[in-house]
Amino acid sequence: MRKSRKIAALRYAFPKTLPVMVGYLFLGMAYGILMKANGFGFLWVLAMSTFVYAGSLQYVGVTLLAGGAHPVYGFLMGLMINARHLFYGISMLGKYRRVNRFRAYLIFALTDETFSVVCSETVPPRLSREWVYLWISLLNQVYWVAGSLAGVLLGSLITFDTKGLDFALTALFVVIFTEQWKSRRDHVPALIGVVCSVGCVLIFGSGSFIIPAMVMILIVLSVPYIRGKKGRENVG
Amino acid sequence: MLDKTEGMRGICLILAMAAATLLTRFLPFLLFSPDREAPKYVEYLGKTLPFATIGLLVVYCLKDVSLAGGTHGLPEAAAVAAIVVLHWWRGNTLLSIGAGTLLYMVLVQTVF
Repeated sequence: MRKSRKIAALRYAFPKTLPVMVGYLFLGMAYGILMKANGFGFLWVLAMSTFVYAGSLQYVGVTLLAGGAHPVYGFLMGLMINARHLFYGISMLGKYRRVNRFRAYLIFALTDETFSVVCSETVPPRLSREWVYLWISLLNQVYWVAGSLAGVLLGSLITFDTKGLDFALTALFVVIFTEQWKSRRDHVPALIGVVCSVGCVLIFGSGSFIIPAMVMILIVLSVPYIRGKKGRENVG
Repeated sequence: MLDKTEGMRGICLILAMAAATLLTRFLPFLLFSPDREAPKYVEYLGKTLPFATIGLLVVYCLKDVSLAGGTHGLPEAAAVAAIVVLHWWRGNTLLSIGAGTLLYMVLVQTVF
């Protein structure tokens, strides 16, 4: 009985993860190849994909690892790049409230893609919600780890010039940006993000713009909120 | 290959990045009781900040592109434009990323 519950949940969850599977295998592989090209092999990639498990940060992490960046810098970078996860968490408070098992793992594994699957998910009452969430989250991480390790193995076989491959990260963000732009009528937050960042690159230089940019974005974003409720009505 | 100091530094760096990621994912669940609504300001940020952050990340990726020297940012501009058009048209994430990256690689390796 217990076993069939798990299997039923897996059968339901697996098809939902297929788009993520394709994406994670592809992006994971590119990540693995990139790590390998920078001298970081199997164990490094395994550790990153298992414990950090955050695509954008891992890509940025290649540069940080290769450049021997200070861990404090890595921590700050991680906070800023992953700050958006705070808001995924806020959105999932209600949904994960009634989950008693696997809760810690479900929260740990809440990546952009997993969030996009589980946030729109209404599990049928005949199935165990906990198991469906667990399978979705776990399968996605398995795809990511498998893809990145495959990239390491491919990386040793690869003979073509990988110059420019790291543009995959830029491409990923441009795609998300375009997607978000299409999905909303209010483009002010997106524009604030770009304009403040470009401004800070020009003022502070490309090496140290990110912290001032983050502060500036927070301040500028808060203006419409503080100035009456106008900003609140326009969003969403 | 990495020597011992570089290896230790790398491990610390991974731990630091893992800690930062854990913090961003767990903090909402630690701060806000699931039975109570999050403060209005946090909710407002939740609806706006993700959009601004992606803008920031796009700029982060392109921050070292120089308009004055080198290739004048032409390969980057061409690839970004191609990705936006392709994604607007087909809406296929993998196609957009794959084609955009390939175009960029071809441009920087053969044209420029």
